[in-house]
Amino acid sequence: MINFQKITKIYYSDGRSITALKDVSFEIQPKEFVSIVGRSGAGKTTLFKMLMAEENPTDGSVIFEGEDVHQIGRSNLPHIRRKIGAIFQDYKLFPSKTAYENIAYIMEVMGVSDGEIAGTVPQVLELVGLKERADNFPEELSGGERQRVAIARALVHRPDVILADEPTGNLDPFHTQEIIKLLVKINEMGTTVVLATHNKEIVNGLGKRVITLEKGEVIRDEAKGKFIL
Amino acid sequence: MTLLIRIIKSGWMDFKRNSGLSVAAIFIMVLAISMATSLFLFRESSQVLTKNIEEKLDMYVYFNDELSSDEILAIQKELSGVSGIKDVVYISKDEALQKFVLKHRDDQSIMESLRELGKNPLLSSINIQAWEASQYAAISNFLINSDFSSLISKIDYQQKKPAIERLASISSGINNAGIIANIILALAAILVAFNTVRLAIYNSKEEIETMRLVGASNNFIRGPFLVQGVIVGFLSAVIALLIFGVGLLFLNSGLKLLLSGFNLFGYFISNLPVIFLTQLAFGIGLGVISSHLAIRKYLRA
Repeated sequence: MINFQKITKIYYSDGRSITALKDVSFEIQPKEFVSIVGRSGAGKTTLFKMLMAEENPTDGSVIFEGEDVHQIGRSNLPHIRRKIGAIFQDYKLFPSKTAYENIAYIMEVMGVSDGEIAGTVPQVLELVGLKERADNFPEELSGGERQRVAIARALVHRPDVILADEPTGNLDPFHTQEIIKLLVKINEMGTTVVLATHNKEIVNGLGKRVITLEKGEVIRDEAKGKFIL
Repeated sequence: MTLLIRIIKSGWMDFKRNSGLSVAAIFIMVLAISMATSLFLFRESSQVLTKNIEEKLDMYVYFNDELSSDEILAIQKELSGVSGIKDVVYISKDEALQKFVLKHRDDQSIMESLRELGKNPLLSSINIQAWEASQYAAISNFLINSDFSSLISKIDYQQKKPAIERLASISSGINNAGIIANIILALAAILVAFNTVRLAIYNSKEEIETMRLVGASNNFIRGPFLVQGVIVGFLSAVIALLIFGVGLLFLNSGLKLLLSGFNLFGYFISNLPVIFLTQLAFGIGLGVISSHLAIRKYLRA
């Protein structure tokens, strides 16, 4: 489903070069739950940016559902991105839209009918436990609630894969467990989940596949892995 | 169609919810539209003012005493076809005397001298009015080099030349200085309006980034910003129209004195549709173009 083929990414700044990813190769199958772990700066976010085609690799290619995401052309990028649900550490919600509108946005983008949006969004809000907060703006929600809205937005259009980049980075332990349970539930419903984190407890509690990155290189890839650094 | 309705709805909601930014954008846009409207009105009133000044100017061509009225009328006919000449009026010796007497009837010494002279000392003449003050020199040259120059006793252009030239330079000076000042102010207002829109969009750059990442097409991202540009432009045009309407209504009597009786409010009302459409086109155009240019850099990649 997702295939990173010998990905290298080098950033150039002030005449210096910084290697963020070096010869990274791995494959993710449909319905898998994969944790990508590593210290801050290990290359987890860069990997996600490569898949979202936010950045181009210096070398190598990223194949998503049979297509090289960096070769499909700018006009086709939105179609690829609609197959991916992205969750960010800083939520990236639209501040001038309510929780409901934030979630409905992606369906509007895809041209889904108003009736279907009105039927689906409340269901997803209920799934993330925010039915009563539908009309609240992000600034009126707690960190955990904001992240749940972000998760709802990421899954409402039934994407093929959910990328969660440090989704619990700003949350307390209680809300962290809540969010992880939600991601596991989504995975059990058949969606591929790729979770980037440096939270040891979460990874060890999952008992699923773990890919460990260090200084931009894959140093470990285990089917039932642990957080070892 | 569904997407278009959603884009319009989204633009309207963003306009309402970001009310602080919307009000600031409207304020600046009203300023820009007002500058453009002032330019339009200034051009018209300065043209009227210049015309008024120029209408007060004229030139007399006096003919030798022996010339018959038929000969002078023939010259008058020829002159009326000359380019730059607006009006040619023949004044016979008798008419000239009548006017002279009417003007000086209370001056005993002049009237006494006239009686003692025993005959009409005045010459037949032609009064010439040009379309523009700057054309008198060319008309004077034409007369001097014409076939009938030997029949001319005197042209009073040389006497009036300094006054005519000064008035011509004042009227064109007023026109040019006003237009240049207004264009500079309008350009400044356009730049400020553009930068206000740019700042508003810069404020949304993270949102735009997120829209791209969740899979929104460039048109779906750009659309609501353009709709906001249209709303800001439309409201600004309406506000500017009201400000000018009310302002001119109250200032009209003072402006009439300043503009030699020209009714600027009347002119504004009689040209209301053109002025409003121009303001609307300017406001909406500025809003949409500013939004389009400002958002372009965030939609690359």
